Amino acid sequence: MSRVLRIANAAGFLGDNLDAPQRLVESAEVDYLTLEHLAELTMSILARLREKDPQAGYATDFVEIVRDLTPALHAQSQLKIVTNSGGMNPPACAKAVAGVLTEKGLGGLPIGVVTGDDLLSRLAELQAEGCEFVNLETGQPLADAGLAVVSANAYLGAQPIQQALAGDARLVITGRVADASLTLGPTMHKFGWRWDDWNKLAAASVAGHLIECGAQVTGGYSVDWQKYRLADVGYPIAELGESGDCVITKPAGSGGAVNRTTVVEQLIYEIGDPSHYLTPDVDCDFTTVNVREIGPDRVAVSGASGNPATDSYKVSLAYRDGFMASGQLLVYGVDCREKAQACGEMILERVRAAGFELARTNIELMGVGAGVPGAWFWRKYQPPGELVLRVTVHDPRREAVERFTREIAPLITSGPAGLAGYATGRPQVRPVYSYWPTLVPKSLVQPKVEVRPAKECLQ
Amino acid sequence: MSGGGRTLRVRELATARSGDKGNHANIGVVARDEAAYGILLSRLTAVRVQDYFKELGVTRVERFELPNVLALNFLLYDVLGGGASRSLRIDTQGKLLATALLELTLFLPQRED
Repeated sequence: MSRVLRIANAAGFLGDNLDAPQRLVESAEVDYLTLEHLAELTMSILARLREKDPQAGYATDFVEIVRDLTPALHAQSQLKIVTNSGGMNPPACAKAVAGVLTEKGLGGLPIGVVTGDDLLSRLAELQAEGCEFVNLETGQPLADAGLAVVSANAYLGAQPIQQALAGDARLVITGRVADASLTLGPTMHKFGWRWDDWNKLAAASVAGHLIECGAQVTGGYSVDWQKYRLADVGYPIAELGESGDCVITKPAGSGGAVNRTTVVEQLIYEIGDPSHYLTPDVDCDFTTVNVREIGPDRVAVSGASGNPATDSYKVSLAYRDGFMASGQLLVYGVDCREKAQACGEMILERVRAAGFELARTNIELMGVGAGVPGAWFWRKYQPPGELVLRVTVHDPRREAVERFTREIAPLITSGPAGLAGYATGRPQVRPVYSYWPTLVPKSLVQPKVEVRPAKECLQ
Repeated sequence: MSGGGRTLRVRELATARSGDKGNHANIGVVARDEAAYGILLSRLTAVRVQDYFKELGVTRVERFELPNVLALNFLLYDVLGGGASRSLRIDTQGKLLATALLELTLFLPQRED
């Protein structure tokens, strides 16, 4: 048995390249393929889908991906898949995937389902047990805020994933788990470290953190984009050794690159204090990590250290927060700047005249620095001859936002000359979900693991 | 330039990448080499970064150092106008902050070699 564990990641969010998983397993032999499909916003969108249909609320992209992966699952006996595509409804995801597997002659393939992260139906019970879900930024208890909560999920760790693999699952479907745990779970299953071997847990979590955003560690999202061929960018593979140290690489012949810069950029992506990168499994210290190029598209990552995990899980809790819409117009001409600003104000004035004082509004002139207001590094350039006006509004009342969406097109006949781009129709009104950052004691959450052959998941 | 010295853009010394953490954002700055890291360490302070992004309503900037990998991490508090779900801006997640930071100008006093 090889003492190197090869874990790939071929999805960094729901909506990532659908062909990447199949391309990866057909161009490199890996032990595990992970797929990371959940962001906070994704969870509330999935919660809303489940509200409408009890069999929905998972990442349906995953079902299509499994269909593409069935040849590889037949041909490569070592290949296992670990994913959080279960979203708000892992059992329904398992059922849909089981349908595809059974149809493709893989009805005997064991599927592990991890649940227990969903706290929505338990909020009252947990509050009665003394968990106040205090807002980490304001200190306010949840009950005092009177919110319409739509989803509340604990970020589970690697233990239930490891348990599912110990139960012989070839495919593990979870709901909300920490991204790095998708990698740590298989690593614990392979090497059997102790759950308090903090440095090793930290090392594997670093590997997980590096690959969790897919191509962002292989050349994607790079300042040096001109150096890389990104159209067929390769997705990352972490080769983990028994010490916990790893090598980050990508399939031979694929586009993109793995070098010191691509790896360090991703190491510090979306983190706070690098000495305390907290996962449910371990408190990682990134400041002791060393990164070294050891070959073409091969970077060795070593030296991570860890401290004991905290006694609580982070909770992704979302509540309804009114409605938003955003509309755009192309504004053309030497006077485009003044004209665009005037058009934006005209739209809002007409909404006011219709009886709606909108709670929050924003007028942006895209083309003259709207991306980062105030960072006028390019102000020495000539004023543009055209720009895009973007007006965005947010209000508790759907009808107020609805009214705004009807005030953009009329400008074509009742506004200034030199406007274009109405043809796409009225902007959509979308519900807003806001986040309540909070924790739950680990003792109040019991992750549940069930492993069954695909054909038994069909019921 | 009077008094000697020269100016440099951050992009001549480093790459950078930004992302969101609720209503906060972080910008990771990765120096091209040790000399560049030294300059960034002394010149690219939390105060400079906070001042550069003041129009975004940033309330506080913390700087963390990762000397092993020649990188700095800046955590910008309350900078995203409500965060990914409720920001009214085109860049709801602070993806552009790093690109903007690369254009910040640093002043280097003249050195006697």
